[in-house]
Amino acid sequence: MAGATTLRLGAAADFGQTRFEARAATRETPLVKWLILGTALTFFAVFLLMPLIAVFVEALRKGWETYVTALVDPDALSALRLTLIAAAIALPLNLVFGVCAAWAIAKFEFRGKHFLITLIDLPFSVSPVIAGLIYVLVFGAQGWFGPWLAEHDIRIIFAVPGIVLATVFVTFPFIARELIPLMQAQGKEEEEAAVVLGANGLQTFWHVTLPNIKWGLLYGVILTNARAMGEFGAVSVVSGHIRGQTNTLPLHVEILYNEYQFAAAFAVASLLALLALVTLGIKTWIEHRAAAAYRDSQDDAS
Amino acid sequence: MKFSPIRRSLLALVLAPALAAGFVGSAQAQTTLLNVSYDPTRELYQEFNPQFAKHWKSQTGEDVTIKQSHGGAGKQARAVIDGLEADVVTLALAYDIDAIAEKTGKIPTDWQKRLAHNSSPYTSTIVFLVRKGNPKGIKDWGDLVKPGVEVITPNPKTSGGARWNYLAAWGYALKQPGGNEQTAQAFVTQLLKHVPVLDSGARGSTNTFVQRGIGDVLLAWENEAFLSINELGPDKFEIVVPSISILAEPPVTVVDGVAKKRGTEKVAQAYLEYLYSPVGQKLAAKHYYRPVKPEHADPADVARFPKVDLITIEDLGGWQAAQKEHFADGGVFDQIYAR
Repeated sequence: MAGATTLRLGAAADFGQTRFEARAATRETPLVKWLILGTALTFFAVFLLMPLIAVFVEALRKGWETYVTALVDPDALSALRLTLIAAAIALPLNLVFGVCAAWAIAKFEFRGKHFLITLIDLPFSVSPVIAGLIYVLVFGAQGWFGPWLAEHDIRIIFAVPGIVLATVFVTFPFIARELIPLMQAQGKEEEEAAVVLGANGLQTFWHVTLPNIKWGLLYGVILTNARAMGEFGAVSVVSGHIRGQTNTLPLHVEILYNEYQFAAAFAVASLLALLALVTLGIKTWIEHRAAAAYRDSQDDAS
Repeated sequence: MKFSPIRRSLLALVLAPALAAGFVGSAQAQTTLLNVSYDPTRELYQEFNPQFAKHWKSQTGEDVTIKQSHGGAGKQARAVIDGLEADVVTLALAYDIDAIAEKTGKIPTDWQKRLAHNSSPYTSTIVFLVRKGNPKGIKDWGDLVKPGVEVITPNPKTSGGARWNYLAAWGYALKQPGGNEQTAQAFVTQLLKHVPVLDSGARGSTNTFVQRGIGDVLLAWENEAFLSINELGPDKFEIVVPSISILAEPPVTVVDGVAKKRGTEKVAQAYLEYLYSPVGQKLAAKHYYRPVKPEHADPADVARFPKVDLITIEDLGGWQAAQKEHFADGGVFDQIYAR
């Protein structure tokens, strides 16, 4: 999972590709080429494209009116709001944490660095359901802090804070994992130069580090956002499923489906799918810009 | 400042939580009740809640909004134990409320005596839902264990309906000539071997059966079976009533600990009592629950319920005993299912 999230700076790779195919020794026969291509495309069509189309077809099966009604239903709007709130809180938290962690790991040497890197990956390796249960065990009424929280009338589980916590947990690694290799590759020289020229810490970060990592950072933000809005398992455990109050969009889809409101369920699902498509669009644009920026910097260097 | 738009947007991102927090805070104002219920009551309460709100408004002049949470009964009880702040619980069976009473102390242990009819304003039973024309010829419990028959039922660990299903099968086996604990266990063991998938709640099982087309027969709440036929077409499914089934009493109660804290005791109590009123009884029957006061319901609705020979949970020693023997960790269900 983590492997698929690294930003591609692939300008040089395209060039290698052409050379690879032009040489007889490394060229496959057309049959093999088309077989591999065909398999990949069929797989793509059956497992990715078809379900995506199905969502929209099912959503519009009973016409636009049902579709719109499902989306402006107060419960759907409340689910949308909660989803956006969870993302809006999880994103900045992870942004700050991700930059700090990546900065610490890439620019400093300290004891326990590898342990920290491993720890950052924990949310990737743990099932989301466990992530939810962890919070129930810690903050639930029977959990460690449960009695204290109840005494002070603070609600975490089965309320918005629990949903935000679960979302933060599952999206924890995206930004840090994105930045660490990038910052490690860039090294410390530019920052050292800035400091030698008299910049303070904040100035160095703002004028040297941030511009260098901004595309990677935005890419991480996009991935975090996509996961935050789509998370089901962890959020389901801590939500309590109160309609119009603690349901996020993915949970609302499940509820509608369970209530035999299939058109409505697919309508809300199509909204999520649309959000995903927009995210993908932005992601592609960022990749494009990042590759361009990378080429520029290579040109500058040479 | 070539990069400033991006830096500005990053700054905005960091400031967003403060705004979001304000957003959340302003959402709550008037009286709300949270009704934590089990799976198949969704449609009933969807219609009952506004009726009660109207009734309460005319009685007291106060506005009340009722929020619903649905899921497998065991799971829902667990959530309440873990701190889900339910003012009232309307669950599938008494044991789940017992569990809340025992683990949290927020409900007195004699809660079931607080309202009439064991605190169950409506009852139901377990029936079979089969595909149209009944291609496997399923007529009674005995037909479920014939070769090639696939049975759909949820997981008794998490679903109240599944526990009723299981106990109905157990009761059927006990009532057969020569029936005893051993033959009952053998029958239920056989039955579970015919179950390809155990969903966590009744509605999940219904969807497995009707939507995904898995299985030949669904063991279902009577109301759930009627609803499936109603929602998804009488041309696809039919109900088979077995020779013996179980009287399922889904009870309701106020979660005193929560209601006291939130100041909703009165309205919560009135809410549950309203279930026993002519309006509540009529709606229960309309949504395929057997009303405890059928005289208040539409006779046409009541006429839909077939006569069934019903055993009760007391015949099996009551919920505490049944839970301990069958569904607790290491109980009969675990022993059977581990095999």
